[in-house]
Amino acid sequence: MTDLTKLTIAEAREKLANKDFTALELTEAFLANIEAGNGAINAYVTVTGDKAREMAKASDEKLAKGEGGALEGIPLGIKDLFATKGVHTQACSHILDGFKPVYESTVTSNLWADGAVMLGKLNMDEFAMGSSNETSYYGNVINPYRKNGSNQDLVPGGSSGGSAASVAARMCMGATATDTGGSIRQPAAFTGTVGIKPTYGRCSRWGVVAFASSLDQAGPIAHTVRDSAILLKSMASVDEKDTTSVDIEVPDYEAAIGKSVKGLKIGIPAEYRMDGMPGEIEELWQKGIEWLKAAGAEIVDISLPHTKYALPAYYIVAPAEASSNLARYDGVRYGLRVPGTDIADMYENTRAAGFGDEVKRRILIGTYVLSAGYYDAYYLKAQKVRSLIKRDFDLAWANGVDAILTPATPSAAFGVADQDMHSDPVKMYMQDVFTVTVNMAGLPGISVPAGLSNEGLPLGLQLIGKPFDESTLFQLGSVIEDAAGSFEPGKWWG
Amino acid sequence: MSVDTDTVKRVAHLARIKVTDDAAERMTGELNAILGFVEQLDEVNIDGVEPMTSVVEQTMKKRVDGVTDGGYAADVVANAPMTEDNFFMVPKVVE
Repeated sequence: MTDLTKLTIAEAREKLANKDFTALELTEAFLANIEAGNGAINAYVTVTGDKAREMAKASDEKLAKGEGGALEGIPLGIKDLFATKGVHTQACSHILDGFKPVYESTVTSNLWADGAVMLGKLNMDEFAMGSSNETSYYGNVINPYRKNGSNQDLVPGGSSGGSAASVAARMCMGATATDTGGSIRQPAAFTGTVGIKPTYGRCSRWGVVAFASSLDQAGPIAHTVRDSAILLKSMASVDEKDTTSVDIEVPDYEAAIGKSVKGLKIGIPAEYRMDGMPGEIEELWQKGIEWLKAAGAEIVDISLPHTKYALPAYYIVAPAEASSNLARYDGVRYGLRVPGTDIADMYENTRAAGFGDEVKRRILIGTYVLSAGYYDAYYLKAQKVRSLIKRDFDLAWANGVDAILTPATPSAAFGVADQDMHSDPVKMYMQDVFTVTVNMAGLPGISVPAGLSNEGLPLGLQLIGKPFDESTLFQLGSVIEDAAGSFEPGKWWG
Repeated sequence: MSVDTDTVKRVAHLARIKVTDDAAERMTGELNAILGFVEQLDEVNIDGVEPMTSVVEQTMKKRVDGVTDGGYAADVVANAPMTEDNFFMVPKVVE
């Protein structure tokens, strides 16, 4: 029998409908991979085997009656940031110790309504703050990829490191993820997977643990552009429970795949050619340009002059919003409580014990920039710069640009506990230099695997689209995918 | 702008996070690295620029001000560390 875990969602969907195998067999195959490999990869913080089998059996009954939904029987992993009723939901933080929501997030509700099967909850950086999945209370996630001839552990990127690693290691067919500054696209690039951050307002944020509310968006990570289109179609919706959910019908994203890109205008922003960028990233970008040109797209040079200010503005806006959102963790309503001499002491002890160092750093920065006397100098200024960043993109669209091509990350995956990366928090923040502009402007962005580094590690290209024009990203992304081929890590685990 | 260790302790207290002297000292350096990094924004001319309030041009959805949800107190307190009769229990606040 073929290895069911090697199938794409599109292939499995067809074979399940043909009754080539059952949803239960498919789920069992993934549970076996998790059982064998999670010790090494640490992608899952909770495996919901019984629930998965139950859901798969229900899918088989529906499939037998020909009533299968769009994702009927497809086994998925869910980032620990999504509320799942009665199941571990802690944003991989100690402060949400033991939290099991009594409700289900809109995004996961949509997936279950379409027949998907939940395999478990995925590891992530604590409260989605990190670019290496090294800030989780549940330990590091290890990248399934290693450098040629090396057995050094590499990071999978973050914050959706568990999502990306579980897909790459064939421990789920696809995963939910979230992206506040690059947390879907950077780990996708590091693991040879496809990740899309949709337009702000496309997926409901209801039931997703909040980090920076004006930037957070949910999206999928999967093996192929088509699979990510299939997943996004189910995850996205118009939701009354999220006031920032935008009232635009969800299109059939798959329909865009395979459509000619002839005549589409692709912008190449000069400001993304950074000083000190590795030669292989530059070469990858050139290859991407050639592939799109060969497919008939028109390449134009553009300027996004405020690009370099996106990351510093982000490190004001995101911590400010985080300090406000994370004020709710006080040891009273849920999670951890550490006793104190009085109520204020209890708050302080609880938050000291419950939050990790990176989260504390960001809460303190956020509290500082919002404190009396500093609001105008930091937060207000950052929000003005944000308007300028968005204006740069608006001008490009007004000039007829259909999408923008950039590298996804400034480097390939780096080592776990990399000393240089940990010498200064800003070094880690630079990982998001190409992705964070997209969050600041609320745009959709997709990362597609485009090649391997000289050391054999995956590298991704990013396509940035107009608001609610995810379809064009899938259309262009599949051209890159077809030209670059797919990538599979050499199996050393499990 | 940069912060000293006393400022870090004051901000930590505002954020209700207890910090030891050692941690405050370490964090002072880290916070100053971040504050130094964001200082680049001073180069940007923001005269006459409106601050962003929403990335999507959409009027905020409104609904009638009425009770649309509720009636499940036991669910609300289900995850609380300490409760009694569907109330959250906290250390004594009023003497």
